[in-house]
Amino acid sequence: MEQREIIIEAGRTERQYWKDLWAYRELFYFLAWRDILVQYKQTVIGVLWAVLRPLLTMVVFTVLFGKLAKFPSDGAPYPILVFSGLLPWQFFAGAFSGASNSLVGNRNLISKVYFPRLAIPTSSVIVSFVDFLISGVILVGLMAWYDFWPTWRVVVLPLLVLVAFAAAMGAGLWISALNVKYRDFRYVIPFLVQFGLYVSPVGFSTKIVPERWQALYALNPMVGVIDGFRWAILGKDAAFYLPGLAISLSLVALVLASGILYFRKTERTFADVI
Amino acid sequence: MPNLQIRVENLGKKFTITHKPHDPYTALRDVLTDMAKALCQRFASPSHHSRAEPCTEEFWALRNVSFEIKQGEVVGIIGPNGAGKSTLLKILSRITEPTTGTVRLKGRVASLLEVGTGFHPELTGRENIFLNGAILGMTRDEIKSKFDEIVAFAETEKFLDTPVKRYSSGMYVRLAFAVAAHLEPELLLIDEVLAVGDASFQKKCLGKMGQASSEGRTVLFVSHNMKAVRNLCPRALLIKNGSVVMDDDSDVVVSAYLRENLGISSPGESRWDKLESAPGDVVKLKAVRLVSRNGAPISRVRTNEPFGIQIEFMTLIEGEKFNVGVYLFNGNDIQVLTSIDNHDKWHDEPRPAGLFKTNCYFPSNLLAPGTHNVTVQIKRIMPKPTRIFFRVPQALTFYVDETNTVQTNIYNDFLGVVRPLLEWETQFSQTTSI
Repeated sequence: MEQREIIIEAGRTERQYWKDLWAYRELFYFLAWRDILVQYKQTVIGVLWAVLRPLLTMVVFTVLFGKLAKFPSDGAPYPILVFSGLLPWQFFAGAFSGASNSLVGNRNLISKVYFPRLAIPTSSVIVSFVDFLISGVILVGLMAWYDFWPTWRVVVLPLLVLVAFAAAMGAGLWISALNVKYRDFRYVIPFLVQFGLYVSPVGFSTKIVPERWQALYALNPMVGVIDGFRWAILGKDAAFYLPGLAISLSLVALVLASGILYFRKTERTFADVI
Repeated sequence: MPNLQIRVENLGKKFTITHKPHDPYTALRDVLTDMAKALCQRFASPSHHSRAEPCTEEFWALRNVSFEIKQGEVVGIIGPNGAGKSTLLKILSRITEPTTGTVRLKGRVASLLEVGTGFHPELTGRENIFLNGAILGMTRDEIKSKFDEIVAFAETEKFLDTPVKRYSSGMYVRLAFAVAAHLEPELLLIDEVLAVGDASFQKKCLGKMGQASSEGRTVLFVSHNMKAVRNLCPRALLIKNGSVVMDDDSDVVVSAYLRENLGISSPGESRWDKLESAPGDVVKLKAVRLVSRNGAPISRVRTNEPFGIQIEFMTLIEGEKFNVGVYLFNGNDIQVLTSIDNHDKWHDEPRPAGLFKTNCYFPSNLLAPGTHNVTVQIKRIMPKPTRIFFRVPQALTFYVDETNTVQTNIYNDFLGVVRPLLEWETQFSQTTSI
């Protein structure tokens, strides 16, 4: 058997990196599997939590924004409007806060074993993605209940899921790497997540934002993602602002690319500073 | 000719140590406040440079380390705490990057720097086997095929579906080592993992390591267990202050390290050169040294060679009668023996003033290997009253090197204070009825 040679040198991890990522592909699965298992260990209702949380949030938002504030519902039942926004948002928020602590939480692994560090934040994103899929089933149930059926546009949905995934990965990589060096970020994250919930069109439609602010509003990459989701699920009446989507998409691409770069740049010192 | 498995050239690792008593990680808060402080200081007292002392210092955990290891070699790495042994393993296993130099490695590397890395307390034994295996670099199929072996090795069949947080610490360690022991890398890096577990489990672990080496794997083994290093590794590296100071047969390296560690400046001898400060009054101690059977000074003692302890002393007044005593203790402070010179021709003789050298000879195959020290005493017997001129505890510390005259088993220490070669005899008669 031809043994492959590894060269270890300052600043030269690149060479084997992508090969290693492939060699350790099962680790992504195992780490995500561990986090999912652990999440619901020693709980009474277990996975039901993944159902209950979005459902209750949806009820609150529907009452608050739909019934009390009487916001427009884009021609769909308000719960479905809320849920189709909640879906990508919860995915993003969960991945973001999960990733932020993932490296620090796996400190013992990082300082004692070698593997591509990218596996750790990625698997927290995967964990949130599983929650996202469970919530997706609820949405289907909800739509069946309201007898509300999507149009052909729903075929775009997987693409939008990919965008949401990219956004979550990019933000997650940034925050996890930053948190290794500057622990301040663990205090910032819950605040950011809460803040994000209000500045993103989760409980309401983007339509209520005045036209001239739309471009500015789209600087929040989740606006494009959520609008895209609604466009795909709710149909023609949903708010849709093409330049906004373009801004959001390019921002997502930027965050992801810079996130990978920053992570790659800092990961070699993780074991020393963590 | 076996291939080269590791080539390390000029390896160095620099750490920057901060002399401020705060957390190892930076807080953005600190960065900001430090910047503000520096700014304020510049405005407040522009001449005040002395306050901006450098509070970081460079520290080389490893420097100019070079060595080569061939495929199938088992090499021990020894050295005092903080010498850089673990840093070396961390670099070799790619956990941390070197600052200078290169390492070329061939084949699959598995490092075992800690037992149970990646175990999650909430998960069951079964789940942890898979998780830990994946973290250590095994594929799922590999783990599946080894699963039963791992469980059998760890002896935890009954508790496979219990969360490991409910395991006893012994069970936990057994399971963790079992997973790691079933990795089949070409290069295995092990850091002091045998310090855990009970004696029988340690034995099992050592056996597993011995097996790995007999299967032609390359093993690098960091340990403070000199016995294990000596027995498992034909070759050893001694690392001190970040550099390899010795690279030789493990017997040679271990003995050198142990001798040095005992703090003997000139090995095999303790001297009191100034008469005023030497122990004693009427009789003064000059030196205690190791000698060979014919009286020549030596620096090391082997189990299968006779040796002597020479006591050099000076009598300042003539006419005293005294005896010279040697009290031998081993490394556990157990007294091995006491010996008095009462068969010596000078015993019971009034001594003239002058310099005496008294040798106390030990036969071969008497002492067990390990650290020993002697207490030396000279006591007046005539004229009365008796009195101790001096008693110097630990006047000389020395190490008895192992030689495998007695067939040693690699796992078992020969316990006991002495290790004589005893005569054995077995009789046999061909009968099966009583």
